[in-house]
Amino acid sequence: MDFGFTDDQRDIQRTARDLLSERAKPERVREHAESGRSDSELWRELCELGWPGIAVSEEYGGQGLGRIELSILCEELGRSLAPVPFLASVLAATVIEHSASEAARERWLPGIASGETLGALGVAVDGTAELVVGGAEAQVIVLVEDDGTGRVLAAEEAEVEKIASIDPTRTAARVSAGDGGEALDGDVAAGVDRALVAVSSELVGVCDRALEMTVAYVKERKQFGVPVGAYQAVSHRCAQMLLETEKARSTAAFAAWTADADPERLAEAAAMAKAAASDAGREVTASAIQAHGGIGFTWEADVHWLYKRAQLDAVLLGGAGSQRARLAGILADRVRASAAA
Amino acid sequence: MDLTFSPQETAFRDELRAWLAANAPAPEPSDGGEDAHYAWRRDWQRRLYDAGWAAPAWPTEYGGRGASLTESAIYFEEIGRARVPMAANVLGLLLGGPTLMVWGTPEQKERYLPPILSGEEIWCQGFSEPDAGSDLASLKTRAVKDGDDWVVTGQKVWTSGAQYSKWCMLVARSDSEAAKHKGLTYFLMDMEQDAVQVRPLRQITGEAEFNELFIEEARIPDANIVGGVGNGWKVALTTLMNERAGLGFALQIRLRQLLDDLIAKAAERGMLERYGDALAELHVRCESIRLLAWKGLTDVERYGQPGPEGSLVKWLWSDTNQRLTQLAVDIVGAEALTSGESWSYELLRARGNTIEGGTTEVLKNIIAERVLGLPRLKVAA
Ligand SMILES: Cc1cc2nc3c(=O)[nH]c(=O)nc-3n(C[C@H](O)[C@H](O)[C@H](O)COP(=O)(O)OP(=O)(O)OC[C@H]3O[C@@H](n4cnc5c(N)ncnc54)[C@H](O)[C@@H]3O)c2cc1C
Repeated sequence: MDFGFTDDQRDIQRTARDLLSERAKPERVREHAESGRSDSELWRELCELGWPGIAVSEEYGGQGLGRIELSILCEELGRSLAPVPFLASVLAATVIEHSASEAARERWLPGIASGETLGALGVAVDGTAELVVGGAEAQVIVLVEDDGTGRVLAAEEAEVEKIASIDPTRTAARVSAGDGGEALDGDVAAGVDRALVAVSSELVGVCDRALEMTVAYVKERKQFGVPVGAYQAVSHRCAQMLLETEKARSTAAFAAWTADADPERLAEAAAMAKAAASDAGREVTASAIQAHGGIGFTWEADVHWLYKRAQLDAVLLGGAGSQRARLAGILADRVRASAAA
Repeated sequence: MDLTFSPQETAFRDELRAWLAANAPAPEPSDGGEDAHYAWRRDWQRRLYDAGWAAPAWPTEYGGRGASLTESAIYFEEIGRARVPMAANVLGLLLGGPTLMVWGTPEQKERYLPPILSGEEIWCQGFSEPDAGSDLASLKTRAVKDGDDWVVTGQKVWTSGAQYSKWCMLVARSDSEAAKHKGLTYFLMDMEQDAVQVRPLRQITGEAEFNELFIEEARIPDANIVGGVGNGWKVALTTLMNERAGLGFALQIRLRQLLDDLIAKAAERGMLERYGDALAELHVRCESIRLLAWKGLTDVERYGQPGPEGSLVKWLWSDTNQRLTQLAVDIVGAEALTSGESWSYELLRARGNTIEGGTTEVLKNIIAERVLGLPRLKVAA
């Protein structure tokens, strides 16, 4: 048993963190969020580094690395809140690679891997997804339904209505598929579970950053002559934030590992990771605001961007409640199977 | 125990309800920004004032109705129920006026109370500072005596309505030698002077409900001191005690309305069963808040002093509003995360509830120390 990263994975993490702390500083994120634009300069740079194709197989122009490497990048991008269409694109690529026809894979994956094509993934009910992150700028959209069916469509084949979500660091849209595009005929669930892991990892990054900012703040901020972090109401809150973050981090790591090494357990691991990460994202970022006091409620303090990102990610592809419901089903099946055996 | 209203209280409620039904305010302006919105609330106050409904809790000698505590609570419940806006000068009516009634000189009462009631002069509250929030008494804004005037320099934050205000309830340090709580004085500062600059403070929702005040040698005459030099902390406590009293009843109704809307949404979307437990728990909390708030009034009426209910109600209300608006994201769906929609606004705005008016952590300290008598952590003064 070894939870550690390989040297290569550590390199990816270090490079990503260094790059983003330089190129996605809070001022820059805020500037782009306020003007509702994504950071095209940074995106070009990430594309040159091959980030969008990190987990796409080499035969479709990607780097062919694993889900752990992808999770590392998702986490770092979550930490920085970089306003780039990374997550949406890799989510779409994941489902296309696992469940679209060979023709669709050849059509879309090389473009997504190079970053020239943007993708987005949404959960639809009767063909309509109310909020698809990245949907407004994607050229290819994948819509999956609860019953395990799905379609992949070029944006012009869908009805795409741009909406302004509370998180302006990325675009969003309401998307209706109609009969456009083509039905997914492969293992949709396998793709969606891997997508859930990527979202969970982004949430881990958001939590990690919220905790880091909070700990730094409560050490500095004094009231009644002492740093507020000395009050147990505040220090225990920080400890709780760590617990939530680590619950999410360990389950997300387990899920990323199962995706590559033990796919039989992926469904359970992905549901667990997304349930833990969705709850952690909401609680940790809300706690960050609370521990900052009034300043945490202001626009300038930047904590709110983490809260808003977490709110969207928490419901993306199904929130904690629906993941737990799925888990309960998996557990019930397991009990029944072992009783029958 | 009798959990019904007396005939007199029922008559009071019915009269107000009928008046509100017949005198609904103009529809909320959809454009024109904050100024238009404020003008609308000012018109509404004028209408309340003309009918004698601006501040029923004020004694009749100051233009109120001398309403009892129960009637005053009924007033706020009805205001909430009718979904009408708060009067423009809510801080003057709820905080400034009552503070002057306790501490003001006869001249001050005569000068300031009538225009508060009519809404001609708007009031704001200059208490919190960037470095003095939970520890309010550590505030640093300085007041230095100069002839018959005081010269005031410092910075205030979270002053809502400052851009529309004529008067600011300002607490400043008039004696830097004295102990923390003893060196403070409560002033009424004229906002219409160049020495006072107002800058909007943008918040998580994107709007600027509040302001920062930059005060650079503002002049305040001796006559504008309330409650005497060095007595500012006691006067400020009177203001703060009034902060929660009435508004709580309106907020409690607002919470109820949000919950009813959410339950209706859940029914519409076929989610009543799935979220039944969570919704029922919110219902229990809403009812507890209502009942605790009323029970708090009984304490005051019977024993002459408030019990712990005020702090408990604020704590429970803020926590419940956050839970409710978070649950709405799961039930209502995308609309609750779409900017400009009312559910997403409620979600973001609710984050402030556990901070404004004293953070939940500080409220718990107060309950532990003053209600339960637990020992207090010794910290530097
Ligand atoms: C929406 C909103 C509206 C407001 N409106 C007004 C207004 O109208 N008028 C006004 O004067 N002010 C107003 N305020 C300011 C508000 O009163 C302060 O923000 C609040 O008292 C907290 O102070 P602070 O922001 O300095 O946070 P801090 O005091 O710095 O608190 C930081 C963290 O430390 C914790 N903490 C601090 N001291 C202790 C302690 N002793 N024990 C345990 N934990 C502690 C806090 O709970 C918080 O989590 C408003 C604030 C907000 C967010």
